[in-house]
Amino acid sequence: MANASRFLFFFLVMKPLAFLILGLNVRRRNLLPRKGPAIIVANHNSHLDTVILLALLPYRVAMKVSPVGAESYFFRNRFLACFSRNILGIVPVDGKHCASAAGMLRSVSGVLAEGGIVLIFPEGTRGEPERMGRLHPGIAHILKPHPEAPVIPVFIHGAGKALPRGESILVPFLCDVLVGNQLFWTGNRTGFMDQLASSFRQLAIEGGFHEWV
Amino acid sequence: MRLIAKLNPVILVAVSGTLLILLLASGAAMVVRRLHPSPLSDEIRKRIRTWWLIASLFLGMLLPGRAVTIGFLAFLSFLALKEYFSLIPVRRVDRRVLFYAYAAILVQYAWVYSNWYGMFAIFIPVYMFLFLTLRMVISGETAGFHTAVGTLHWGLMTAVYSLSHLGALLLLPFRGGSAWVSQPTGGITLLLYLAALTQLNDVWQFLWGKCLGRSKVIPNVSPNKTWAGLIGGICTTTVLSVALAPYLTPLTRMEAVMAGALIGLAGFFGDISVSALKRDLHIKDTGTILPGHGGILDRVDSLTFTAPLFFHLVRYQHF
Repeated sequence: MANASRFLFFFLVMKPLAFLILGLNVRRRNLLPRKGPAIIVANHNSHLDTVILLALLPYRVAMKVSPVGAESYFFRNRFLACFSRNILGIVPVDGKHCASAAGMLRSVSGVLAEGGIVLIFPEGTRGEPERMGRLHPGIAHILKPHPEAPVIPVFIHGAGKALPRGESILVPFLCDVLVGNQLFWTGNRTGFMDQLASSFRQLAIEGGFHEWV
Repeated sequence: MRLIAKLNPVILVAVSGTLLILLLASGAAMVVRRLHPSPLSDEIRKRIRTWWLIASLFLGMLLPGRAVTIGFLAFLSFLALKEYFSLIPVRRVDRRVLFYAYAAILVQYAWVYSNWYGMFAIFIPVYMFLFLTLRMVISGETAGFHTAVGTLHWGLMTAVYSLSHLGALLLLPFRGGSAWVSQPTGGITLLLYLAALTQLNDVWQFLWGKCLGRSKVIPNVSPNKTWAGLIGGICTTTVLSVALAPYLTPLTRMEAVMAGALIGLAGFFGDISVSALKRDLHIKDTGTILPGHGGILDRVDSLTFTAPLFFHLVRYQHF
């Protein structure tokens, strides 16, 4: 039942939404992971980010992806929790204890240990449309026990225009998706976070996007 | 089977004609690539491959009937408008305005589908023109207003209003051009005529320009457009328009000469108007959806000029 609805949602909602309503210009799609364990790290401006990233993967791979989402948001009522868990495959993390990252570690570690792919937005929240916020170091905590998992940075532009935070109406825009080279855990938190941040900066510069005013 | 039985001989001929042209083009490109391999010949091969896709999609959308054809054209307008809105700088405050501009696509093609010529002709230039302006004013942001109001209206007129004239050709109560067409064809043959001539005109202009082109028509806008290409293209298109007119249109020979010259010249201006837009925005192509061609706007640019002009030429003279 859950599998069937996931299948239908993927092909009837996510794929058409990403490719027909929005439309994607993807650079280096081949760098996206084909198998786990792996971590996809993306900037976050819109709920569409998850849709876009999942739709870019083949069905078999997309089913292995667990997006990381705040429990207090995606599981705030029974209906939404059911949808988040069964259709989107979201791994809930406790928003309040994110800093300690203990709860986060446990659930996400499980996904990686089972050969899954984790999708995480290290800005933590969607924030201001089309503007990159600070990267939270929670991802470093996930990586420490899984140094073998490659980290793939993905920069998305346009989704924040199409469906920004606080808006309920989707306005179609073409979205750019820039996939960066994979990174590995360096053994050092600040070193790794700097590498990740510089990776995102390079992708943003490559896109040459303007701020949205 | 019912579909095949309903197939119009004109469309069958169009499909075989297209097939023939594409086979010839693919063959010629293959020979050229064998003899003189170059980046240009690779590019042309990619372009022809995409032509196969465009032609089969377009002809495929004519076959199942009017509703599908109009739906397809509406989707084409949607893709073109989305490309345009994604390329130009739009203000955050105009998000809802863009939403209404998209909604106008459905309404405009609904007039086409319901055969309401009057509303089709005025809906965007009158009602949407005023409504979008009004909606932008009440959002209360004056910074960047005149740029925004100008660019949004140009996009809506180009991508939706102009292109919807392709669908409007289906409104014209044309009943086949010659004796061997027994069933009423509607304006579908007019659409075929315009689309084929406009798209081929792009090809002729490109080929004449590549073979003989020297002095440039308007180098500041498009460095690839030469006088030889323009004039050779117009002449070739006119010859073709006269040859095809008796089968696909009610045009007399004189009118077909006019239509051919009009399509050749207007196609050129449509093409360079999108070139001017791209120059201004410092981009090479409007998108990546059609390999070898660029975006949807790169492909329909000529049609944005030829569709309304050809529609009114035919309508004025025959309906």
